[in-house]
Amino acid sequence: MLEQQLVNGLMLGSVYALIAVAFTLAIGVLNFLNFSIPGLFMVAGMLTWYLLRAHIAWPIAALLAIGSGGLLGLLVERFTYRLMARSAHFVPLVTSMAFLILLENLVLIAWGSDLQRVQVPFETVSWRVGPTVIAVPQLIGLACAVLAVACLDILLKKTRVGRGLRTIAEDAETAALLGVPVARVVPVVFVVGGLFTALGGVLFALNYQQASPFMGEEIALKGIAAMVVGGMGNIWGAILGGLLIGIVETFSITWFGARTVDIGVYGLLLAILFVRPTGILGGALREQRM
Amino acid sequence: MSGYLESVLVLLAINTILAYAAFLPMVAGQLNLGVAAFVAIGAYSAGYLSQTYGLHPVLAALAAIFICAFLGWLVAFPILRTRGIYLALATFALNQVVQGTILNLNVVGGASGYPVPAHIGFPVVATFAVLVVVAMVALFHTRFGISFIAVSDDERAADLMGLSVRGLQSAAFTAGAALAGLGGALYAHHFNYIEAQNYGVLFSIYVVLYVLLGGTQTVYGPLLGAAVFTLLPELLRGSAAWRYVIFACLIIAIMSLRPQGVLLRKSWFSS
Repeated sequence: MLEQQLVNGLMLGSVYALIAVAFTLAIGVLNFLNFSIPGLFMVAGMLTWYLLRAHIAWPIAALLAIGSGGLLGLLVERFTYRLMARSAHFVPLVTSMAFLILLENLVLIAWGSDLQRVQVPFETVSWRVGPTVIAVPQLIGLACAVLAVACLDILLKKTRVGRGLRTIAEDAETAALLGVPVARVVPVVFVVGGLFTALGGVLFALNYQQASPFMGEEIALKGIAAMVVGGMGNIWGAILGGLLIGIVETFSITWFGARTVDIGVYGLLLAILFVRPTGILGGALREQRM
Repeated sequence: MSGYLESVLVLLAINTILAYAAFLPMVAGQLNLGVAAFVAIGAYSAGYLSQTYGLHPVLAALAAIFICAFLGWLVAFPILRTRGIYLALATFALNQVVQGTILNLNVVGGASGYPVPAHIGFPVVATFAVLVVVAMVALFHTRFGISFIAVSDDERAADLMGLSVRGLQSAAFTAGAALAGLGGALYAHHFNYIEAQNYGVLFSIYVVLYVLLGGTQTVYGPLLGAAVFTLLPELLRGSAAWRYVIFACLIIAIMSLRPQGVLLRKSWFSS
């Protein structure tokens, strides 16, 4: 029973982790709380449902849905960060939130407000370890999440773009002075963030077999909590935080009932912010502009 | 006056009060994403007082102001230990915890909502809103009001000039909480029904958007932002979803063309 909850928590947490990675990239590099992320997550989930209903082979459907995240990320970048240079720091917050409203309502117009059942075309195989059931697709999802973060880690540490991103994270002006093509490197944050978010949306749609125009909101808020708990700006911290939040959620449901989830999850977030605001894997507190 | 027009105007009045609830901390340099928590506390506590103890609804609203001010002052201690984006996230977490707690409080109906029979009519709501706007405009023509801006512009310089930085930050947060409580109490007693589900962090973000759209540079910004956010979707034709699509596009366009918010500062010191 306990082990089963742990497994369920880890599976749920892998979705949170992917979103936390997207949030943490935008905050770590650009200091920008990107509220369009729930919208991208939802579009990917709804596209998965739609394409599967249209009998498109699931790997193609998944790839298309993930690609949509990258494209939308680029669109958001065009209207948020591009304008940030000559504006107050909060403007991207407003426009990214407007994108969330826009995407939700466009999907609402196209496909209605109902909770849709995603028809998964493959049989769900599960392993039994003692009394614990582990669904293989969910396990693959978790592996995908960790693998994607490992790739991102290599991108950030070993490539020219990654070095550019890390320089911008330190100081955008200095980065520009040092010859980092800031205007060409920054979109990478949005595209990669969009791809991670969309991967989360696809995994959620496939594993929990549901999608709705508002599926992004609650899950993205948990993603923000995961980002902080793990340590803002730290991609491995995002994974750790995501899994932890997933576990806290499943355990609060088992022990205290479904309605206490928010108190547990966000109480943990509040406690972490008061006691150790840099999160579990965070370093020394950096003076943050907003 | 038709019922529809009246309910739009009531929303405008309440949203204006809420916009100032978000404006006060923002002027002092705090992005407060927990406004809805205090709106909920104000709505539920005023509703509880008027329903259980038969308190006159206007008195209950005034009591809600004090309750929210006290709670705001109390949580300001740990909240103000954090800064910048961490403060925004702490208020966001606070919002979710408060909402989650109310959803589990069976004495006020929990998740099934809370009916509040006592009624506050449009004239009273409008009077409160006008009073709040006048008070805010007056406040930002005083030295005390301007010192909030000094704190957010340059904390160290403000400190050197002898301003109590921590005191001002705490005062801004507390006053914001009090206004949010007033807005919540008025909403509860005008619409006679409240649901904790509505007071999530997205509600808080909307209120912050009123302020950012109008602009934080003048005291009239929140008023304009609240008016745009309340009236624009009503003025647009078509289904609700299409209205929001147009609305979102307009927001993106406005912020692209006028990133500082619509109203700009002439000067804080002009008068």
